[in-house]
Amino acid sequence: MILTLAIRNLFHDRVRLAVTLVGILFSIVLVAVQLGLYFGARKMIVGMVDNARADIWVTAYGAKSFEEGGVLLTSRERHAALAVPGVAAAIPILVSFVEWRKPEGGSTSAVLIGTNPEDNGLRPWNIAEGSIRALGAPDTVAVDRSYLTDLGVTGLGDTAQIEKGRVRIGALTEGIRSFTMSPYVFTTLNRARTLLGVPADSASFLLIQLTPGAPLESVRAALRKELPNSEVLTKAEFLDRNLDQWLYSTGAGVALIGGAALGLLVGTVIVAQTLYSSTKDHLSEFATLRALGSSAGYIHRVILMQAGLSAVFGYILGMAIALTVVAFSEATALPILMTPELAAALFLITVGMCAISAVSAIIKVTRMDPAMVFNK
Amino acid sequence: MTGSVVLEARDIVKELGQGANKVCALKGVSLTLRTGEMTLLMGPSGSGKTTLLSILGCILSPTSGTLEIAGNRVDGLGPEALADLRRRYIGFVFQSYNLFPTLTALENVRIALDVRGESKSETIAKAEAALKQVGLASKLTSFPGNLSGGEQQRVAVARALAGSPAVILADEPTAALDSENGHAVMALLAEIAQDKSRAVLAVTHDPRTLAYADRIIRIEDGRITSEERRAEARRNVAFYDLARKRKAHA
Repeated sequence: MILTLAIRNLFHDRVRLAVTLVGILFSIVLVAVQLGLYFGARKMIVGMVDNARADIWVTAYGAKSFEEGGVLLTSRERHAALAVPGVAAAIPILVSFVEWRKPEGGSTSAVLIGTNPEDNGLRPWNIAEGSIRALGAPDTVAVDRSYLTDLGVTGLGDTAQIEKGRVRIGALTEGIRSFTMSPYVFTTLNRARTLLGVPADSASFLLIQLTPGAPLESVRAALRKELPNSEVLTKAEFLDRNLDQWLYSTGAGVALIGGAALGLLVGTVIVAQTLYSSTKDHLSEFATLRALGSSAGYIHRVILMQAGLSAVFGYILGMAIALTVVAFSEATALPILMTPELAAALFLITVGMCAISAVSAIIKVTRMDPAMVFNK
Repeated sequence: MTGSVVLEARDIVKELGQGANKVCALKGVSLTLRTGEMTLLMGPSGSGKTTLLSILGCILSPTSGTLEIAGNRVDGLGPEALADLRRRYIGFVFQSYNLFPTLTALENVRIALDVRGESKSETIAKAEAALKQVGLASKLTSFPGNLSGGEQQRVAVARALAGSPAVILADEPTAALDSENGHAVMALLAEIAQDKSRAVLAVTHDPRTLAYADRIIRIEDGRITSEERRAEARRNVAFYDLARKRKAHA
């Protein structure tokens, strides 16, 4: 009967139900988009570090992120790292912002990644056209398909210029996006060194791979001792550093999470208001229930059921709109990420929001005078 | 006076309001309800009828005095314990029916059983039986908005009846009804009162209801002023009817 009464109370006033659902829907869409953007940005930021096969990252001191590592490591650090017991490989990669000159004129900023695919450290993934092997050819680079227009090229075989060197598109990737809006450009380590005009043994990072069973903390401690002028970070630490730099230092993450919180607040207020007014309208019925001997818990369950049903209906409508927005965002520079986990979390958030919204209505019925059943 | 005592109130005092606005609504009321009796509580507006009904129905707690329902002491109990007593021993019939407009007649009766934690099949069976008893077997799926005032009050009676309470308390059950429906509802309550397992107390100032009483208690200014039993009550009803007819002829 609790479910029946809750459904009937909800559908009794359809205008109020519509307002409630719009409130929840608005809240869900806002929270889904903001959190989707947050996790989408997060995925882009950690993409390179996540896809690199490295247990430990050796960086120059003060390296803020993958894109801003500097070009300060040399073969001395690499050899010192390789001499540490437990280190199986120390793979150098070079990363730097560069100027990409478009073939038809004009230029844009790009992030050049010099890495040798055969080192099995960091290699372009999701190859859509061409092949990784093509990177072995002189002047060849790989870029993501989604940035072709930004880079002023149309596809495989097109040429452009990085700094003062000519490059040719030899492979296209799919879905390797950059949070900095500067497209990633993969090439070999030596070609990157040449394009940047840096010494032939320079690198931005050393990707340390451990021998099987080697204890991470011990190896890290030894590396720190051997490389006193470098930073030695675990993969998790370097991921956090990237997130700190792009999401938190820039304020982008705070803005996105703040937007989601605002959506929750607005949704909670709207649902609380409509639930409260619904409860107020049905107060004499709740007083009758109390006179019939219902426990306070029974009445609270009716109100919570109303809140729960509102949450379910609002969530279904809100997610339908949110998924449409997500689909439209796929082709944009900052796609919104929607995963099953996020969808489930959003459902729990919606139910929680509606439960919190029910508090004012529950307080109202708790304070009601059951003797009002005798009011004429 | 053959029935057993199901409700006994002694020296009930109820003060309402605070400070300078404090009013003593009941000033030491004592009464007993016995099974198989239909008792009317009559009195002018503001005499304390509804306050007394609220206390007897465990909705309000008395300021002082004792109340016992089916052998259970009520004084000093908290809201949930009082609700439990209402669930187990008391059925209410209200002046304005107090039906749930969004529920059907059957569901309106079922909900009184649902709050007692009874199973779905039990609530349906008992609710159907109660509605059949009040002559509404054909209106199970009707919503209150589609029922006449008399039918709505009969649904309310069925709701009060369904849980087989020891005491049925009715607050002005005929006030919102026309003469025909008023008599029908009172006849129904009187019939229910014939059941030797329960007592019926109806608060009223409707003289049409007098004929159905086994006992009439009059209350004025928070005190019980008189109590008449069946024969005396019937005689007074006859006087009342005669006076009314004479007035009509004149």
